[in-house]
Amino acid sequence: MAYPGFTLLEGDVPQFGVSAFDSRPLFPSQGWQTCHAATADVPDWCATWQPTWTDIWITNHIFQAVLGAIIVIAFWLIVTNKMRVVPSKVQWAGEYVYNMIRNGVARDLIGPNYHKYVPFLVAMFSFIIINNLFGEFFLTMFPTFAKVGFAWGLALLTYILYNAVGIKKHGLLGYLKLMTVPAGVKFPIILLIAPLEFFSNFITRPITLGLRLFANLFAGHLLVMIFVVGGTWLVTYTNNNPLYNVTGVVSLLFSFAIFALELLVAYLLAYVFTILTASYVAAAEADSH
Amino acid sequence: MYPLEGTGPLGPILPDHPSEFVVGIVLFFIIFFVIWKVIMPRFEKLYDERTDTIRGGIERAESAQHEAEVALSQYRARLANAEEEAAQIRDEAKKAGVAIQADMRAQAQDEASRIVSAARVQIDAERSEALESLRKDVGSMATTLAGRILGEALDEDTRVRRTVDSFITSLSKDAPQK
Repeated sequence: MAYPGFTLLEGDVPQFGVSAFDSRPLFPSQGWQTCHAATADVPDWCATWQPTWTDIWITNHIFQAVLGAIIVIAFWLIVTNKMRVVPSKVQWAGEYVYNMIRNGVARDLIGPNYHKYVPFLVAMFSFIIINNLFGEFFLTMFPTFAKVGFAWGLALLTYILYNAVGIKKHGLLGYLKLMTVPAGVKFPIILLIAPLEFFSNFITRPITLGLRLFANLFAGHLLVMIFVVGGTWLVTYTNNNPLYNVTGVVSLLFSFAIFALELLVAYLLAYVFTILTASYVAAAEADSH
Repeated sequence: MYPLEGTGPLGPILPDHPSEFVVGIVLFFIIFFVIWKVIMPRFEKLYDERTDTIRGGIERAESAQHEAEVALSQYRARLANAEEEAAQIRDEAKKAGVAIQADMRAQAQDEASRIVSAARVQIDAERSEALESLRKDVGSMATTLAGRILGEALDEDTRVRRTVDSFITSLSKDAPQK
C-alpha cells in the first residue's frame, strides 16, 4: 500500500517499518494479496473489497497471542509437573513467579480473601508478560499488546471483575455509594466529589488500564523501530556525506539500550496491570475508603 | 491511510477489528481456567504439604525434647529415690547393728548371770552337800578318833550327836558368812 507524504527525506525512501503495526494474515486470500501488494497501483475494486474471515482471524498477531497462551500454560504445567516439598530448580522458578503474584500482589493488597483472586492475577500477569516479551524475541519481534484490541480485552475483564466483586459484596447501591462517596465527606462537598469519584472509578480506570498497557508497548515498539529501521536506512544511505552512516551506526548501537529498556517495560507493565487489578478488587471489596 | 492512524474516529486506540479483542479475552479465559483448576491446586497442595512437613518436624523435635525431659526428670527422681533408699538402708543397718549389739550384750549378760547363778546354786548345793557330808562324816570320824584316843566307844548316840552338833555350830560361827 502506498503512503502519501512519506517521502520526507530526499531520495528513494524505503517503506519498511511503516506497516509494522499492521496485522498480516497467515494465509492471505487472493484479494488480500492483490490489494496489499507493494505496488502503488492497486485495482479499483479494492476500495470496496472486504477481507475474508481468515484474513481477519488468522493473523500473525493473533497467532502470536495464541502462541503466548500456549507458552504460558506449558510453563505452568512444566514447573508444577512434579511438585516436591524440596523444590527442583525448575519448580523453584515457577514458585518464585507464583509467589510473587500470590503473596506480593494478591495477599498484600486484597487481604484475607485473596485466595480466590490468585488464578486471575497469575493468569493476567503471565499472559501479559509473555506477550510483552514477544517484543524482544527475535522471531516475533512485536509485543502483542501493541495491538490495542488485546489490551482493551484484558482491561474489560478487570473492569468486570472488580465491579462484580463490589456489587456482589455491597449490593448495587451500596457499591455505588462506596465508590462515589468517600467516608467522612459532608453534604455540600459530596456534590462536587461524587461525580469526580464516579468518573475516576468507573470511566477512567478501565480506560487508563488498557491504554497504559497498549501505549507503553506501542511507543516502545515504535522507538525500537525508529532506532533499528532508521539506523539501518542511515547506515546504507549513500549521499557522499558519511555523517549519515555514522549516525546510523550510533542509532543501531543505541537500539540495544532501547531493547534493554523494553525488557524492563515488558515486565513492569505486566506487573503494574496485575497490581492495579488487585488494588481495584481490594477497593471494591473494602468496607470503606 | 497513514500508518498507525487507525480507521475510526479515535485513531489507533480502536482495534482494527474485534478479532483481537475477542481472541485476547478467550485466550485469557483458557489460561485462567487452567491456572484455576490445575496449577493453583498443585501449588496450594505443595504449600500445605510443606507447612505440614515443617510443622511436623517441629512437633517431632518438640515431642522428642519433651520425652528427653521426662526421661531426665524420671532418672533424676529415681536417682534421688535410690539415694534416699540407700540412706534409709544405711540408717536401718546402723540401727540394726546397734540393736544387735545391745541384744548380744544383753544376751551375754543374761548368759553370764545365768552361768553365775547356776554356778552359785551349784556351789551352794555342793557346799551344803559338803556341809551335810562333813556333818555326817566329821561326826563319825571325830567320834571314832575320839573313841580311839579315849579308848572307849562313844556309842551312845544322843550324847555324841549333841557334842558333834555343838562343835559344828562353833565351826559355823567361826566360818565366814556367805
